[in-house]
Amino acid sequence: MIKIKKLNKNFGKVEVLKELDLTIIKGGIFTILGPNGSGKTTLIKAILGMVIPNSGDIEIDGKSILKKYEYRNGINYLPQIANFPGNLTVNELIEMIKTLRNKPTKEKELIQLFRISPFMDKKLMNLSGGTKQKVNLILTFMFDSEIIILDEPTSGLDPVSLIQLKKIIQEEKEKGKTILITTHIMSFVEELSDEIVFILDGKIYFKGSVQELKIQTKENNIEHAIAHLLLKENV
Amino acid sequence: MFKIIKYSFYDLMRSRWSYIYFAFYLLLGFVMLFLNNNVSKAVITLMNVIVVLTPLIGTIFGVMFYYNSKEFTELLLAQPLKRTTIFIGQYIGLATSLSLSLVLGLGIPFLVYGVIESTVIWNFASLLLVGVFLTFIFVSLAFNIALSNDNKIKGFGIAILMWLLLAVIYDGVFLISLMLFNDYPLDKFSLIACMFNPIDLSRILILLKLDISALLGYTGAVFQQFFGTSLGMIVSFLVLTLWIILPVWRIASKAKKKDF
Repeated sequence: MIKIKKLNKNFGKVEVLKELDLTIIKGGIFTILGPNGSGKTTLIKAILGMVIPNSGDIEIDGKSILKKYEYRNGINYLPQIANFPGNLTVNELIEMIKTLRNKPTKEKELIQLFRISPFMDKKLMNLSGGTKQKVNLILTFMFDSEIIILDEPTSGLDPVSLIQLKKIIQEEKEKGKTILITTHIMSFVEELSDEIVFILDGKIYFKGSVQELKIQTKENNIEHAIAHLLLKENV
Repeated sequence: MFKIIKYSFYDLMRSRWSYIYFAFYLLLGFVMLFLNNNVSKAVITLMNVIVVLTPLIGTIFGVMFYYNSKEFTELLLAQPLKRTTIFIGQYIGLATSLSLSLVLGLGIPFLVYGVIESTVIWNFASLLLVGVFLTFIFVSLAFNIALSNDNKIKGFGIAILMWLLLAVIYDGVFLISLMLFNDYPLDKFSLIACMFNPIDLSRILILLKLDISALLGYTGAVFQQFFGTSLGMIVSFLVLTLWIILPVWRIASKAKKKDF
């Protein structure tokens, strides 16, 4: 369980997160939605300890994670932009990340699934954007961790890989994992998400299932429902 | 920490630029020996190149490496690693690989030429040692600048300005002040002023080691009195070490507070 209490974060004069409270129960897929610049990535990075909050607390399973690092052993994170040291090969990068965590891995399956094996000995700087994103996905899903955080996982993926990705996410959910996803692709949200967390201006405006969102906004289409939420709150 | 050092080092060892840097020193070493035809003269010429060039290369590589590996650093930040481990590891990896290019690049031609049997082996060794110190110092300063500036162009500009200041402008101001205050006893002042610039300190250390301090005139005599003794040597190397420790300490404390 992730518990966020009165989280504040400013970048200079800009208040990105304002007294944000959020509880994410164990197990299920949670999509974090919101317009560009609403604080989605900042929230995710605060959970990962990459952004240091001005005040407030974040707890995972009852323990505060601020200023700690060991807890990240239990989190898999997919960053938004996949960029790796160009002079390493795919194989070396995977081996490196593996040695940083002493946990069992399942990279072989994933390499097969995303059909990456012809690229294993290629240098990372010679790979296309989509292939890099696949390597990124392998690095994220090869560990067995309780919490999985995906920041824009669909970017640059071909339709086949996208289907594979959805399948993996479903499988992880069935194993009882807690999965946080940010995305702008509404079909992805509708298909996968158990719960939607809608952030606007650093606060949470809506938290609930897709069905609840549709009922609350009286819209049938999720895109319209989100737009409705945006417009209503802005008036 | 060792893993981070290892992978940063591997990454650099495969980069074209490490080889170009290595090849440059290799060429420089052979050319110097060929032109001077004398190991001890070649060492003096090399000194002038090293005290200016290693800081410049350290600065440029330091800033470039930091900005280039930014996304990779973010990947590492999401792993169960301490922030200080990541940044200090990358720093040591980079500084070690640059130092290796320097030591091997210059070492090979001098070894071939037979520096071991010659009398200047210790002078040559201290030249390399100073070069390694300067590399570690300037890479750490460059990391500091890059950590404090997210804007690449600004970071790069400040880093080059810092090099220019320490390598060129500092000396100029120093000389002018010596001329202006010619009537006052300046030996203590100039001694202390040297301590605040690692490049000057290195240059003087080598000059005195090479025993050509007579060239420096009266001030040289004062310096010889101070640096020539083992106490002076120890103090100077302590100051050079301090020039590494303080910036590295700041890298660690800055890294702990930064948002990525």
